[in-house]
Amino acid sequence: MRGIGKRFRSGVAALAGIDLDIGGGEFLSLVGPSGCGKTTLLRIIAGLIEPSEGERRLSLAADGGGPMSRGRVGFVFQDPTLMPWGTVADNVLLPFRIAGRAGPAERERVGAELRAVGLAGFERAYPRELSGGMRMRVSIARALVTDPDLLLLDEPFAALDEITRMALNDDLLRLWEARRTTVVFVTHSVFESVYLSTRIAVMTARPGRIAADLPIELPQPRERFLRTSPRYAAICTTVSNELALAMAKEPPGDGPSPQPSLRLRGEGGTREAGG
Amino acid sequence: MRPAQFLRLWRIAAPLVVGVVLLALWELVVRVNSIPPYILPGPLAIAASLWTDGPSLLGSLLVTLRVTLAALAAAAVLGGAIAVLFSLSRVLELSLFPYAVILQVTPIVAIAPLIIIWVREPFLALLVCAWIVAFFPVVANTTVGLNSADRNLLALFRLYGASRGQVLRYLKLPTALPYFLTGLRISGGLALIGAVVAEFVAGTGGDETGLAFRILEAGYRLAIPRLFAALFLLSLTGILIYLVLDFLSRLLLRHWHESAIEEDEE
Repeated sequence: MRGIGKRFRSGVAALAGIDLDIGGGEFLSLVGPSGCGKTTLLRIIAGLIEPSEGERRLSLAADGGGPMSRGRVGFVFQDPTLMPWGTVADNVLLPFRIAGRAGPAERERVGAELRAVGLAGFERAYPRELSGGMRMRVSIARALVTDPDLLLLDEPFAALDEITRMALNDDLLRLWEARRTTVVFVTHSVFESVYLSTRIAVMTARPGRIAADLPIELPQPRERFLRTSPRYAAICTTVSNELALAMAKEPPGDGPSPQPSLRLRGEGGTREAGG
Repeated sequence: MRPAQFLRLWRIAAPLVVGVVLLALWELVVRVNSIPPYILPGPLAIAASLWTDGPSLLGSLLVTLRVTLAALAAAAVLGGAIAVLFSLSRVLELSLFPYAVILQVTPIVAIAPLIIIWVREPFLALLVCAWIVAFFPVVANTTVGLNSADRNLLALFRLYGASRGQVLRYLKLPTALPYFLTGLRISGGLALIGAVVAEFVAGTGGDETGLAFRILEAGYRLAIPRLFAALFLLSLTGILIYLVLDFLSRLLLRHWHESAIEEDEE
């Protein structure tokens, strides 16, 4: 799969002067303190909200650079965001159902995807019967079932316990290594981002901007023991320092600092693009 | 015996014991004070009346029940449809919802005579009265339910390019189902009350007389045991409607909604 090039310069209070190109097959993490507009940025990338300034361009090899078509983007929210009335299979089938094709071939895909995330045999279970980690797996399966060109994850593992989180990190890596889908991953965990990513963008708040853009040069495929290697620790330190530096540069809390908001549409109140 | 079983047994036994004790006390008070049956009959006298007048009272109950069930069905269908319309058009909701409230807060006793004058067909007149009382909980609850869809799921539907119809069908209607059923359970009791009130106002409903009219009639004739017997049947019907709707609700929500999940299951 050949990937995506994208660029936007958005300038509302929540985000200012963000330039970002995402290459095909990248695993990009957005790291930053809460309220720095990571989620907003992710939603702009998804096309769920429009930037008030700047442009967002997605070019897909398959579409000849046309607008992103349906099913090209998979999205995983902070919560599993499953339909409680539907079985696991119903939930994963949803993108196909909306596209108006939910035939045997699609059901086959759903089964394969559930196997891929380690949920074989749970097709007929209801979300409430599953653990938090399993629900998140269903959510990931739903995002991947359409074989998207771009997978967006918004702090998907923030609510999970450490053990489940590490297992899901490994599984996500494995899925990504097998498909090389372009991934944008929002997290506030430096360790998680370094472990997963090929590139990390460190963000600061008020207004959200990208303070540092760091390629992560760690061997692939990545294995569990990487977590304890000195190399990994060194990179984590670098990223942490960048983050601390970025947060230190932040304007102190005096004066009218506009609150980051999802709903702000940029009439006035925009800041000079910087960063 | 496991605690869960014990609890289940008590859930049935405890109210039963209370009921029997109260009935015994009632009978005792009536006998000791020799209260005449036209003021307060004892439970035994009422039971006797229920036995002798039972068949004819059951016939009347059927008349009332027909009005009640028709009104409840109309409340479910029309109430649900109105709520869906409201959810599709904010303008419609804003302009019509106040009138639904007005219809709800106006005492049915006050407008029933008008409806009975306007609607010639007696059954239909009673049906309209009962429906006015019963439809509001369905509309109000379902409207809330349709507006309660998970924001992130809505975003997801948008991401996949879902049409409004698909959002309604796959997301909003299932979200609203528990709310609708709650409304329906309230409406079940209200439909019965509406039917009874309408019968009180209408007097005899054509050739057939409902249970409410029998209560009035028994009152005029000082056949108080029969009045109590009719009242008993009415309450029993109300409870039965509630239980059926509760069962329906549990059946439809058994897989996913917290309200329908057995406590000791997990």
